[in-house]
Amino acid sequence: MRGYLRQDGRKGIRNTIVVAYLIECARHVANEVVLEFREQDVHLIGFPGCFPNAYAFHMMSKLCTHPNVGAVLLVSLGCEGFNREELAEEVAASGRPVETLVIQEQGGTAKTIERGCRWVSQELTTLSVREPVEMAINELVIGTICGGSDGTSGMTANPTIGRAFDLLIADGAICIFEETGELIGCEHYMADRAATPELGTEIIRCIAKARNYYETMGYGSFSPGNADGGLSTIEEKSMGAYAKSGTTEIVGLIKPGDQPPTSGLYLLDVIPDGEVRHGFPNINDNAEIAELIACGAHLNLFSTGQGSVVGSAISPVIKVCGNPETYRRMADDMDVNAGRILKGDANLDEVGIEIRDFVLAISSGQKSKSEALGHREFILTYKTFDSIGPACLPNVN
Amino acid sequence: MNDEPCANIILLSTSDNVVIACEQIDAGSVIEVNGVIITVKSEVEIGHKIARMDINVDDKILKHGAPIGRATRVIAQGAHVHTHNIQSDYLHIHTVRQIFSEEA
Repeated sequence: MRGYLRQDGRKGIRNTIVVAYLIECARHVANEVVLEFREQDVHLIGFPGCFPNAYAFHMMSKLCTHPNVGAVLLVSLGCEGFNREELAEEVAASGRPVETLVIQEQGGTAKTIERGCRWVSQELTTLSVREPVEMAINELVIGTICGGSDGTSGMTANPTIGRAFDLLIADGAICIFEETGELIGCEHYMADRAATPELGTEIIRCIAKARNYYETMGYGSFSPGNADGGLSTIEEKSMGAYAKSGTTEIVGLIKPGDQPPTSGLYLLDVIPDGEVRHGFPNINDNAEIAELIACGAHLNLFSTGQGSVVGSAISPVIKVCGNPETYRRMADDMDVNAGRILKGDANLDEVGIEIRDFVLAISSGQKSKSEALGHREFILTYKTFDSIGPACLPNVN
Repeated sequence: MNDEPCANIILLSTSDNVVIACEQIDAGSVIEVNGVIITVKSEVEIGHKIARMDINVDDKILKHGAPIGRATRVIAQGAHVHTHNIQSDYLHIHTVRQIFSEEA
């Protein structure tokens, strides 16, 4: 494996230039710059809101200083609430080249696009001579998520990702799972896996918060369709999603943007703190993928049954397809065919090893299917979080 | 023992007392779980559970190596395991609420 060494000691598996709009009004200009370089690793991210939000700032800061990112162009309209100076300072302090273009100061759309393209072009040249260095598995951060799930997800794709997590953690990697709203019913079992009883209590609180949030939003967790598919209880349904986490000890509970400090398995709490506001906590899969990336994920393992096609800006997405029929129909979008387990052509352990090996190949520069197809989805919305307490990271003293 | 090929199932964890059907399995079909031959007692749809061993009332049902509920009646090896013979153990809701309201 090879990586690009950053000033903070972390290494990236990609050397991407991020073009970030700081308000929806600057999105078109930023996107036009990115489109000029669509065959290269130049990705668009941004925050659409005009009113400032601490979570969104924290997310943008962590994304712009992600190890996979080599340089950052900020595109501002000029009058939005986002603190562009502070963001630029944080990026510069990370040792990355950063430029801020304010559309109102540049003289409008065309001039800003022209300036932006010139800057990106020059930075691509600078980045192209950066030599990668050796990188080990214990420097990798891997996230997991499921989307477009069906009855096969809990039978094949999720358990195989869990096995891959066990293998990666045995080699010292950091692995992160999330979807706390879909873990209702297994929080006590999960708490028993926590490194300390205090962390276990934090995990139970975290799931209680998710349950309260979704109930307030009017969403239940268990539907009649689940029973038709063979799921008998809420904990059985949740265990299907939970199977992605494998079997190792849970060493920490983090929130979006927190960097896991040591190797091992972490639970990412994606449900906002405080009273229910700002609408749905995660309006689609990419909102959660962005949060995993903000926690340092170099790549994400995406379990699907019905067939999601999304990728992401900044970090590659690897598709693990649990349903053999979906795989047959959509093979061009799928990286791993876990559904062949249903046909008796492989077992869970074999596919787990295949996923681990695929993670290492993608980390060595091979493109995942969604990455090669140009999928670079990104979304960031309003949220509110409190900081994690000391019990959430018991291994840090 | 008949010569029919075994129906396709998954054992998700070696500690589980249920296996999952990977296809629709007819009553009387045989499955093999780690060398043990089991006759399936009734038709089971894809994704549904089959008892790997005899299960007593109040025994935990283990899938993915984790408890997913408990038996409400005796379940014989090879029987379909579903809402008619198991129930959720997720009775911690009041406790959960209490923790949450203490937080607020």
